[in-house]
Amino acid sequence: MSAILEVRDLATQFDTLDGVVRAVDGVSFDLARGETLGIVGESGCGKSVTALSILRLIPPETGRICGGSIRFAGEELTTLPEEAMKRLRGHRISMIFQEPMTSLNPVLTVGTQIAENVVRHTGASKKAARERACEMLDLVRIADPRRRLDEYPHQLSGGMRQRVMIAMALSCDPQVLIADEPTTALDVTIQAQILDLMVDLKEKTGTAIVLITHDLGVIAETAQRVVVMYAGRKVEEAPVEALFDDPQHPYTRGLMRAIPRLDVDVEEGGRRPRLQEIPGLVPRLTQPIVGCAFAPRCELATGRCRATAPPVVDIGGGHTVACWETVR
Amino acid sequence: MARSQRMTALAEDLPLPPRRFSLATAIRRNPTVTFGAVLLLLLIAVAAIGPSFVGDPFKIAPVNRLRPPSERWWFGTDQFGRDVFTRTVYGARVSLIVGLTVAAISSALGLALGLACGYFRRVDGIVMRIMDGVMAIPSILLAIALITLTRPGLAIVIVAIVIPEVPRIVRVVRAVVLSIRAQPYIESAIAGGTRNARLLGRHVVPNTLAPLIVQATYVCASAMLIEASLSFLGAGVPLEVPSWGNIIAQGRSFFQIAPWTILIPGAFLALTVLAVNLLGDGLRDRLDPRLARRL
Amino acid sequence: MTAYIVRRLFAVVPVMAVVALFVFFLLRFAPGDPAAIIAGDDATTEAIAAVRAKLGLDRPMAEQFAVWVWGLARGDLGVSIFSNLPVTRLIAQRLEPTLALTLSTLFVAVALAIPIGVVAAWKARKLVDRLVMGFAVLGFAMPGFVLAYVLIYFFAVQWQLLPVQGYVPIAEGLWPFAQSLILPSVALGITYMALIARITRASMLEVLQQDYIRTANAKGLATDRVLLLHALKNAAVPIVTVIGIGIALLISGVVITETVFNIPGLGRLTVDAVLKRDYPIVQGLILVFAAAKVLVNLMIDISYAFLDPRIRY
Repeated sequence: MSAILEVRDLATQFDTLDGVVRAVDGVSFDLARGETLGIVGESGCGKSVTALSILRLIPPETGRICGGSIRFAGEELTTLPEEAMKRLRGHRISMIFQEPMTSLNPVLTVGTQIAENVVRHTGASKKAARERACEMLDLVRIADPRRRLDEYPHQLSGGMRQRVMIAMALSCDPQVLIADEPTTALDVTIQAQILDLMVDLKEKTGTAIVLITHDLGVIAETAQRVVVMYAGRKVEEAPVEALFDDPQHPYTRGLMRAIPRLDVDVEEGGRRPRLQEIPGLVPRLTQPIVGCAFAPRCELATGRCRATAPPVVDIGGGHTVACWETVR
Repeated sequence: MARSQRMTALAEDLPLPPRRFSLATAIRRNPTVTFGAVLLLLLIAVAAIGPSFVGDPFKIAPVNRLRPPSERWWFGTDQFGRDVFTRTVYGARVSLIVGLTVAAISSALGLALGLACGYFRRVDGIVMRIMDGVMAIPSILLAIALITLTRPGLAIVIVAIVIPEVPRIVRVVRAVVLSIRAQPYIESAIAGGTRNARLLGRHVVPNTLAPLIVQATYVCASAMLIEASLSFLGAGVPLEVPSWGNIIAQGRSFFQIAPWTILIPGAFLALTVLAVNLLGDGLRDRLDPRLARRL
Repeated sequence: MTAYIVRRLFAVVPVMAVVALFVFFLLRFAPGDPAAIIAGDDATTEAIAAVRAKLGLDRPMAEQFAVWVWGLARGDLGVSIFSNLPVTRLIAQRLEPTLALTLSTLFVAVALAIPIGVVAAWKARKLVDRLVMGFAVLGFAMPGFVLAYVLIYFFAVQWQLLPVQGYVPIAEGLWPFAQSLILPSVALGITYMALIARITRASMLEVLQQDYIRTANAKGLATDRVLLLHALKNAAVPIVTVIGIGIALLISGVVITETVFNIPGLGRLTVDAVLKRDYPIVQGLILVFAAAKVLVNLMIDISYAFLDPRIRY
């Protein structure tokens, strides 16, 4: 299986008033052609920063990629000149964001915003680009696409805006689509529709997807493989079935216990088992973390966990985990 | 990397605990505000005690007409041989009196009208219509019209500048009052039967102070500019008062041979306005972050 | 859309009515005896009575008001006390230089200030930005007439590149006309430019933080398209508002600039009228200038509807 995107030891930092934040601290993963890879973790674990790092959209005034490599179709992105990077963005790698309400430009029509991407990357005429935009709106199942082309974002519902974002992102047939929490801001019913649409479109177009979410339920429905991140590091990676059947890292197990489930038998007295939360707080990223980042919240933690960071160990079947205690 | 090193270096030499107010830190953080404040204090000092140290601003000496700046006449002399330095020092007094008085009077009037507008719907309709009308008239023209109909004097100049400045304050105060009135805690206080006077004193007036002070600073700067402009046009304080605008107006005919009679008082006027504006910007950033984002 | 424009048009009426009432009552309720002041310090009782009769101040207030309103409705602004010429004719004679000066200043200042503000926001906290902000703060503190003399001193007296003062009508040649406007326009426009550059920078800085700018960058769009279409169009409403507010600066400034440069326009007419205490002219000019300002602001209100599709009509 040839990887279209290879991320190795990626490290991204931000300057803040409290000091340097190591938002991503040595993360590696591969994305195969046509695959959907889920990246999951709590807010602040570095998953969105990972996404922005791949497209080199980290605001240069405050942040920078300070280590590691990102190879896309054999090409190194971290050292690519900005102009070449611009030709890549929205063309071969595109991205959709969490907030469909604020991610579309309020003063430009939907048609303009989709078509400009096509004009920019394919050199198509404005007229052809508009046709393409219409086609794309149809593809993301927006009714009456020709009329919608001339509407402004405020005339559309949240779900429709996210469909427009998807149409825009896919308008130049990218090889990789990065979706950063694409359904978080939407109603539950709309979430399901958008996820269905994404799965469906992936089948049709063969675009590989990096799906970033805090919601394991979303991962279960869409991804083939999952990376679990904690405090800027990867703690576990596995095919989706393996992760749900046999989670290895204590943090992954904690996340699983925090999901409300409908399939568990109702206990006596008509009450479901209490959801369990993971005790403690995410560590501050302004100090270098010694040992395992999860150790302060982990019930299995030992002296070794606090002293030395565990290596990522392959336990077979593409399942890797970074933990001293669960992997013997 | 260099940036983060600089930041840690900065963090180390900050005094601990960082919450305590330190003049040195405040100055280092806001060099422009400090510059404005120091400049303004200097000018106030000059205006307050300067006239007792310099000579007679009215002393005419035809022998010494239009002398360029030298050791004897620091800023040169005008066409009557009067010392421009002495007159400029007196001019500071006029400018600052006009600026501060206009700022104080228009703040007081603006606060009263703004509170009334924010509180009583019926007053609001009438007063705001009038304010819109007054604001449609460019301030210098309005002042000029008033001055055409009265005998010249410092008091009438102040009144003529106050009238066009009041609407600016009213709008700021009214906006604050309306936004505070919409706050849930005020609505519940009203529902709970708190008296209007108490509400004004406890919740509303204190909240208007910060934007009011910021706006008053800008009014002060603008008043000094308008006074100088009016005097320059011959429609300001009486000719015999040595205000900066008057000094410049009297130097006009001799500008090509004696540019110092215009450029020096002009530079003082620009510096004074600059100082007040810098102070206003600094106050705005500190007191009124909402406004700071807009400008 | 049409309904919006019509509503805006009707909003102009009360504002102009207040202005008209204001100048009417200013004359009638000014402290002291305006007729005596207008007639001058050494006027005889008969002369004062003549001025009073000319201004109609000897009539009952209601009648004065009716005459004033009827005159305004027919576009009659009264008659000059000294020259006995209709104020409207005097104003028409002086219109060209003022229009030339203000319009050229307006266009040049806006055309320069917006790009400057955009670049400053784009290069925020870099050297260019600091220079622009420095210019904006200085430009805002600089009195127009002082700057005018500095400019005359260097460009006209020392280097003799441009005329010291005066105005050449456009009919006498484009180049002399333009030459006579360069220094006055700079002196008049600097504060206005500083104001617009500053609001452009502030508005752009806020817009550049928005999510949709990140989206535009994620599409790999060229920097100029992101700045000039995606960002500037969103930043436009406050900028356009300030362009309108600043018209007041231009109008006040024109009175002073025309005096410094000896340009025979409306500003010069105003000052001459003030010095001669020719109140009918002053009052006519106030109405004309206020109307100009109100009209510009009306156009700006209407432009909002084109700039921001979210504005409901």
